[in-house]
Parts: sequence; structure tokens; C-alpha cells
Amino acid sequence: MAGGAGDAGASADGAAAVLEGVGKRFGGRDALQAIDARIAYGRLTGLVGPDGAGKTTLMRLLAGLLEPDHGRVRVAGQAPAVARDQAAGIGYMPQRFGLYEDLSVSDNLRLYARLRGLSRRDDGATFARLLEFTRLAPFSQRLAGHLSGGMKQKLGLACALMGRPRLLLLDEPSVGVDPVSRRDLWRMVESLIDQGMAVVWSTAYLDEAERCAQVLLLHAGTLAYAGPPGDLTATLAGRCFQLVHPARPRRELLAEVLDLDGVSDAVTAGEGVRAVLRAHAALDGLVALAGRAGARLEPVAPRFEDAFVDLLGGAPGGHSAIAERMPPIAPEPAAPVACEALTRRFGDFVAAHEVSFAVRQGEIFGLLGPNGAGKSTTFKMLCGLLRPSAGRAMVTGLDLRGAAAAAKRRIGYMAQKFSLYGLLSVQQNLEFSAGVYGLGGDDKRRRIEQMIDTFQLGPYLRAAPAELPLGFRQRLALACALMHRPAVLFLDEPTSGVDPLTRREFWTHINGLVARGVTVLVTTHFMDEAEYCDRVALMSGGRVIALDTPVALMRQAAADGAAVHGMEAAFIRLVETAAEHPAAAGGAAA
Amino acid sequence: MKLATAARPLFALVYKESVQIVRDPSAVLIAFVLPVILLLLFAYAVSLDIRQVPIGVVVESDDAQARSLAAAFAGSRYFAVTPARDRREVAAAVVAGRLRGFVVIPQDFATRVARRAWPAIQIVTDGAQPNTARFVENYANGVIGGWAVAHGLAPPAQVELEPRFWFNPELETRRALIPGSIAIVMTMIGTLLTALVVAREWERGTMEAILATPVSVTSILLGKLLPYFVLGLAATIGSALIATHAFGVPLRGSWSALLLVSAAFLVPALGQGLLISVLARNQFVASQIALFSGFLPAFLLSGFLFEIASMPAPLRVLTDIVPARYFVSALQTVFLAGDVWPLLVDDALAMLGIGAVLIALVRHNLRKSLEG
Repeated sequence: MAGGAGDAGASADGAAAVLEGVGKRFGGRDALQAIDARIAYGRLTGLVGPDGAGKTTLMRLLAGLLEPDHGRVRVAGQAPAVARDQAAGIGYMPQRFGLYEDLSVSDNLRLYARLRGLSRRDDGATFARLLEFTRLAPFSQRLAGHLSGGMKQKLGLACALMGRPRLLLLDEPSVGVDPVSRRDLWRMVESLIDQGMAVVWSTAYLDEAERCAQVLLLHAGTLAYAGPPGDLTATLAGRCFQLVHPARPRRELLAEVLDLDGVSDAVTAGEGVRAVLRAHAALDGLVALAGRAGARLEPVAPRFEDAFVDLLGGAPGGHSAIAERMPPIAPEPAAPVACEALTRRFGDFVAAHEVSFAVRQGEIFGLLGPNGAGKSTTFKMLCGLLRPSAGRAMVTGLDLRGAAAAAKRRIGYMAQKFSLYGLLSVQQNLEFSAGVYGLGGDDKRRRIEQMIDTFQLGPYLRAAPAELPLGFRQRLALACALMHRPAVLFLDEPTSGVDPLTRREFWTHINGLVARGVTVLVTTHFMDEAEYCDRVALMSGGRVIALDTPVALMRQAAADGAAVHGMEAAFIRLVETAAEHPAAAGGAAA
Repeated sequence: MKLATAARPLFALVYKESVQIVRDPSAVLIAFVLPVILLLLFAYAVSLDIRQVPIGVVVESDDAQARSLAAAFAGSRYFAVTPARDRREVAAAVVAGRLRGFVVIPQDFATRVARRAWPAIQIVTDGAQPNTARFVENYANGVIGGWAVAHGLAPPAQVELEPRFWFNPELETRRALIPGSIAIVMTMIGTLLTALVVAREWERGTMEAILATPVSVTSILLGKLLPYFVLGLAATIGSALIATHAFGVPLRGSWSALLLVSAAFLVPALGQGLLISVLARNQFVASQIALFSGFLPAFLLSGFLFEIASMPAPLRVLTDIVPARYFVSALQTVFLAGDVWPLLVDDALAMLGIGAVLIALVRHNLRKSLEG
């Protein structure tokens, strides 16, 4: 463990890591194919792509935990397993940070210092430097398991930085971390880059890609794009437009925009619709539609996600076959979902504190907040999975405490990651969900056939859900949740980590259902998903700190004069404001 | 100095593991509370001796001879007698499982005894529990035989048999079971606990983080093995102290022999636990495999409850690769016979051999464990 060995590849023109024709197979499936890339010192390289695109496999190849089946990986000119064993080699922070939760902060640091082969004599200086850098010094004796998600992430980073690595690999560091801590992490990483370190940051969030100097965009195991993110978005220059202030509901307009020939992609944004034209497509279709809808057409700056969708061939059409076949839900006299001073305590800990809101029929209502903010607790109380300590939760006017069974029959529930029964076939999953809601005989057979037909599940009926392409797994989960034609649909983190095309298809179905009178309650920690919601309740520390339309929330955050870009920045502003004026926050929630 | 530098990561791993053991309530539970519960269970619930078996004694005649035989049954320490006048009174109790059988002393008993004829006593037993049924039959015959000899009905045997049981003179199964149950306890600690803790590292992503540091695979393995080795030996000493002091099991051999065979057994037990966790990487699956491949064979195929010599040939062959089999045999030797070194060394070598194969498999699999 000679001290200077890490300098081998540190010459000015040397790359921190080089991948040449790298391929990796798992059990006969290609996880990665023909990847060529260079990772430079002093730069942030974003490894971007949806779940299952091959990000973690590529990280593990760079960390020397896996050997490629094809091609060559070199870190500082050496095999990763060799480079790793040098003191200034590779720092690697795996997902969930690789911490020992029953050891204290300083025990974790000490363990990684020894494992890196650092001398005990240097512990004092090294730990002081890392604790100062991560601002964890006041917590050095606390058990890692008792740290918040953000502090765990900082400790994970400190452990990965042990021994001053020249290449730092961060595998999905922003998952499960609140926006404030995420911002802190970006600052820390920026200062590391200034010191000349090469940092690879993997993420499923496309908005994070725009902050990287260099992006490796993975899709289904292949490298869809490598280069500065700006170069990719620049290809869309002059092709992105916003339909501002339409006279019609924005979701209705979105469906029509998506069905236009020349349009590659469209999403709801602000109070209008954002559209991306196909390359060389004429603008007239969009202009005519904007005229009919009474909207103003304004050119806007392209975003990285627009470019990714365009690269993948554009978004699917704007009409949902399933929604069109659903009989409309009759107008409800009571609010489809309502809660009054809903509170849940776990021992001394108040997970949800006096949460109150009412969701209107045909509305998409979002519960937004980082992990631990109380949104899952609130969500579980609203769909009858958890008893409130105080307050009331109502679904279509039925109190979940008194009429839980009747209320649950009006609810469709789709859990995170499209949780389906892995050991049942597609057909059996459909039959189970029909059976569990009491459908039988001809009725059951007809509904199942209808679902198979509209979601085109026919070719997959005998397959296991895990074998399906992600988009079809999502359709199946939605089919199971809609089998009994619920009036209210609960969606728990429906599209986080999902590729943008699958996400667009999903929201097309949801938009269609809402048009039929279905009410949707969605939780997400993915701030950009707020754009799909009509109204959003922002949660932090068990309380609703703000409740309004996404546009109004952005305006509220920007009220103090500070410029606010995106929902995440707005969230941070509002959390900080709520911390300064707790009383005002209570008022906002009421 | 150089060695000390190389061993530094190992010390750090051992220290970390030890802190985790101390702080993890489930480790303490499996290592120290579980043995006490298991030993109590085996000492009292799984005793194979019979004592105070409930039976009915039906006396159909009222003469002195019949009452004397009935009194002989009542006086036996093997039986708890329910007296009756009619077999129908007790037959129902046998069907209901309240009695294990009944003995009928017939009406003509006195006349037969007067004629010096062997009395025809009927013994009915509950075949649903074959072991107990056989005990009832044999002991009942013994009571009748003893009574008959005392009353001059049969000549005393010419050659008096005086059976002597070596190693366990009172033939108390507890004495054979408790040393055997130490093997079960050690299998739980060595295999189940190790399988769980390594699987937990996979689940929490810490294994991946450690594999990405320069520390060698051998150090990672030793860092896991050493603390649990010490924990296992501590639990052995605890269990042995309970066995000798609380249950009066003699320790005829030496403590050093006991520790040596226990140390030899921990190698395959820990190796098996590590192998399971490397292959399963999930605490639930790991615990299931540990129960099926560790606990059940140790329980059923080790000679602890069921004698290996009386198993069918294929099962007998299978027991050869169950390390607990050698440990049970070695423990029974140390506790009940003494330091019979030729036997102990054979058992220890067999355990170390199986252990070496398992550890080699672990090493091979851990190296490529992130693949596939």
C-alpha cells in the first residue's frame, strides 16, 4: 500500500476511467452491451437512466466488484480491482450507503479507515476533516441507525471518501433523501470536483442529469447518449413550446396535443401544456390547436427529459383505451376522499399531525414530501391500512373506522413498483384481483377479457409478471387495481424510477380515468411528478406545510423575491419558510 | 510490524462484528437464552423414560388374590393406576387418550391361582403410541411376573439375570440427551446465527461496500468466523455448566477435551452458515435453509434421538456428511465415558474435514458472489 501508487493515472490528460466495448450478461440476459465511455478527472459524470437500465452493473464494473464479459474497464490505467486496492484508489458508495446501523458514526469511520489500510495515527486528522466536510461532527457518537436519511447519506459519503480516492462512485445517492439534504450533497460533490476528483453519480432522475458536466445515458443496457447534457438538449432547440393559459382543461388539451402528427412529446406543465415537435415537423398543427383552445403558443427552452423521450422515438398517443371503456362514475354528493385532523402517533413519535384536506371528484391530488415526512402514514390511514390515533378519514363519505369494508370496495390501490404476485401468471393475477373484490361468473370473465383486450395482455397471459417488459407490468398492475371499477384510485409512488415513455403512458391512462370522474390520490417523493397533479399537499415532519395548485405553490415560494426553479426548489423554500414561521404553516394547511 | 499492518483490517472487522453481537439482542438470544430453553425442553419434555404412566386396572373378582395383584400395580413407580370393576369403565378412557392401556384381572383369577395355574391376565395397550404401548406391556408383565414368583406360582429363575448398563447405569435418557442437545444448540449458533448475520450484510448493502475496499476475502471470512467461534465456545461452556450443575449429568472426561471437540465442530457449523448466507443473501431464505440443512439433520440424523445403526442404509450413508453426528458421538464420549482419545480424534478429524470442504466452497462462492 505505497502512498504514491494512486498517481499512476493522475497525469493531466489521463482519464479517470475508460470503458471499451464493455458488455455484461446475467443469466443469458444482456445487462450491458457495447459501452464505450471516458470518465474525466475534475468533472461530474452523470450515469443516468431508468431502473433496470444497467446503472448499478456499470458502477460495480467500475468498482471492480464485477468482471466484464466483453471489453475492458480501466481505472487510472489499471484493472479496477488493482486500482481499488491502492490508498488513493476508488471510493464507492453503494445504494443505501453501506453503513453499519448498529455502530456509531465514529465506529463506522474507524472501520472503513482500517479496511482502507490507513494508519491509526492519522485517524484524528482524517476524521476531523471528514466530519467537518459533512457537518456530522456533533453526531459522531450517535448510532448510524439513528441518523436521518440525509445524515446517513453524508456518513456514507464520508466513508467512501476515506483515503482520498481519485475516483468517487455514488450509486443513486439521492434516493430516499430529502430535498434539503440532496442540495447539501450537490454542494459537497461540487467542492470535491473542484479538488480534481472524478465523480460518477448514478440517478434515475433525469432532472439531475442537467447538473452534470458529462452524461452517460443508459437505456435497456445500451448507451443511448454520451456527452455534455446541453449538447443533447440543444438538438431540440426551436422545437419546444408551451401552450399558455388554455381556455380548456389542460388534461383534455394534452390528449389532443399528443395525438397530433408532428408532436413527439407533451406533458402538462404549469397551467398549460408543454409540447415538443418532431424533427423537421411543421408547426401549423400545434398553432391551429392552440388557436382552437384559446391558448397562447410560446417557445420554451428544451429540457434533458424532452431530449431523452425524443431519442427514444417520442411519447405514446394521448388516449387511454381503458379509460374510454370505463363507465363514467356518477357525481358523488360527498368528497371522494377527506380527512379531518388526522393524527397518527407511534409511541412518542408523531408520524402525522392533524392532517386535513378534502379531495374533489375527478381531481388528481398529490401528497408530496421526502421519506419520513408522513405521507405514507397519511396515505395508509386514508386507504384503511392503518388506524388513526385521532381524527377522521373518509372515502366517498364513508368513515373508514365504521364502514371500512364498504369504503374499501370503492378504492383501487396500486402499490409501489407495481407489486404483483410473482408466482402467479398474468391471468392468475387478474383472476385473483377480480375474485378478491367479489366478482364472479360471467361478470368476472367479461371484466378480465376486457382488461386483457384493452391493455393488450393477450400474448403474456401465461407469463410471470417479472418476465414482462416494464410497461406491460405497469398495465397489469393498473388492470388489477381497476378490475372492480373503483371511484377512487390510490397510487403509491407509481412512476418513480420508471423510464419516461412508460411514465407518459401511465399518466395518459390516469388522465383518461380522471376525465371519467375517477378521483386519484397519489404519493410521491419525486417532485417533478407534482406537475401531473391538480393540487398538491406538501408534507414535512408529519405536517402539511402547504396545499395548493403546483403553480400557486411555486408562486408562494417565490413570493420572498428569491427565484425558484422547479418544484424541488419550491419545496425547499417552503420547508425553510415553515421552519421560520410555524404558525403560518399551520394556516396554509387549513 | 508488517504482520500487524496486514492484520489491521482483520482486527477492525472482528471488533465491528463483536460490537454488533453485543448490541444485537437476537444474537444474545440465540447464543444464551435459546440454549437454556432447549436444554430445559430436552431435559423434561423429551425424556424417553416412562414413569407414572396412567393405566387402568380392572379387577373383575373381589377376592384377596386379585386385590393383592392390583395392589402390586398400584405400588409400581411406573404406573399411575385407575382402579375399575368393569373394562367398559376404562376402555373409553383409553380411546379418549386419558389412559395408555389397562390390565384385566379375570373372574377366575383366584381359582386358577389356587390350581397353581399361570393366571390369564389380559393387557390392552394404546397402539397409537407404540413406544409407550411396548413399555406398558413389558412393565405390566414384569409386575405380574414378580407377583407370581412372590406367590410361589412360578419357580425363581435358575440363573438370575442382573443387567448392568454401562456409562448410564440408571439408563436415564436425560444423560444421553443433554450432551446431544448441546450439539443442537451449537448448530443453531454456528449455522443459523452466522447465516443470518451475513445475509443481513447483503440485505443492507454493507457487504458490497466492504467488498469494494482493498480488504481481502480471507480477512472478510475470518472477520466473520472468529467472533462467532468465540461466541460458540462460550455458549458450549454455558450449556455444559447447565448440564453438569443443573441436570446432574456427569462430565467424566476433561473440559479441555470438551472444548477441543466443540472447536472442531464449530468449523463445519460456521462454514455451513457462511455458505448458506453467501448463496441465499436474504435473511428469510437463509433461515429456512439453515433450519432444513442444519437444524433438522442435527436433530434427526445425528444419533441424538434416533440410533444411526437402526436407520435404513441410505439414511445411514447420509449421516456420514452430517457434522453433528460426529459431535453428538464425541459429546457422549466426553460426558458419559471420558477422554477416550482414539474415538475423539476420529470424530474431530471427520468434523474438520467436512469443515474444510465447506470453507473452501464459501471462499470460491464469495469471490464471484456479485455475479449472477
